[in-house]
Amino acid sequence: MTHSDLSDVQIRVRALESALVSGGHVDPAALDALVETYEHQVGPHLGARVVARAWVDDDYRARLADDATAAIAELGISGRQGEHMVAVFNTPEVHNLVVCTLCSCYPWSVLGLPPVWYKSAPYRSRAVSEPRAVLADFGVTLGEDVSVRVWDSTAEVRYLVVPMRPPGTEARSEDELAALVTRDSMIGVGVL
Amino acid sequence: MNGAHDMGGVHGFGPVVPEVDEPYFHAGWERNVLGLVLALGVGGKWNIDMSRHARENRPPGEYLSLSYYEIWLAGLERLLEERGLPTRVLTAEEVPGVLARGGPANREPTRDARFAVGDAVRTLNLNPHGHTRLPRYARDKVGVVERVHGFHVFPDVNATGAGEDPQWLYLVRFTGTELWGPDGDPTSSVSIDAFEPYLEPA
Repeated sequence: MTHSDLSDVQIRVRALESALVSGGHVDPAALDALVETYEHQVGPHLGARVVARAWVDDDYRARLADDATAAIAELGISGRQGEHMVAVFNTPEVHNLVVCTLCSCYPWSVLGLPPVWYKSAPYRSRAVSEPRAVLADFGVTLGEDVSVRVWDSTAEVRYLVVPMRPPGTEARSEDELAALVTRDSMIGVGVL
Repeated sequence: MNGAHDMGGVHGFGPVVPEVDEPYFHAGWERNVLGLVLALGVGGKWNIDMSRHARENRPPGEYLSLSYYEIWLAGLERLLEERGLPTRVLTAEEVPGVLARGGPANREPTRDARFAVGDAVRTLNLNPHGHTRLPRYARDKVGVVERVHGFHVFPDVNATGAGEDPQWLYLVRFTGTELWGPDGDPTSSVSIDAFEPYLEPA
């Protein structure tokens, strides 16, 4: 790649990072460790473990409902953008949907980095005013008898949706159940 | 501030378009921006509320023309210019511990909460030029306190650098029709996390 092939934003980022590194203001090994953590270690598989445990263990489910931060920490899961967790439980009568209309607040500790659509104007604008239409964008149609609870993450509290356990999974192990749990179902734009 | 970032209820942005098998990053430089924002964020010169304000405090056309990581980059450049270089350099060895601890926002309460679960409250009609976490769509609306989250750092003040000024934080739930009138969904509700200075008894 020749220099002229670099976009303006690539040039800005490269210049900023090299100036900060050469001045000793950032440690490049720390940058690599930060990115590696969120690209390869932290992701929706962590939230899926929480959901699966809640499905198989009623006592855990009760602790998750009472103090999600502590219950999630029991599984060794904690961290940035997950300091104050609340778990919300889908039922046949209530479907939960999480958004941050003001920026992109998202439970990083259990779901990893948010997808682009979660941070996009269409989702942030409409999730609070027409949640059923947003769900339709994801191919999800709820019955008229199901109410929708939207949680706008306007402070440092982060919300994890616990989807309903799919029927016919009684014989599955906890690990097998965790493999069924999708990221979208834990945001509330998917059902299982 | 009444900025373009405050998007709840705005019309015209079109449908949500999910991407199948979406990667965490769509260009190599996005990785660099994430790393720089996180590393410099623990550098001692600014806090998360200053970061959010640095991203959102720009003309609406500019905000809407930038991709998400471009907004992060623009915010970071402004913070470095206005607040200066970090006083603390994060090392690779510190990364796991720093990320695992995060930055809890709760503080030891210094007074009793004004509201309790079940109380009806009205959000104030506040339109500050500075940072606030009371969305426009939820101003001057009546809801019910459903949870008392605790005593948390108050972003509106923390973003100015004048200290944390912790406040009681409540989960307040509104009906779809209270927020959106006859165009609202009567079977839906929306909750926000509202700081005590945003609220009065209803």
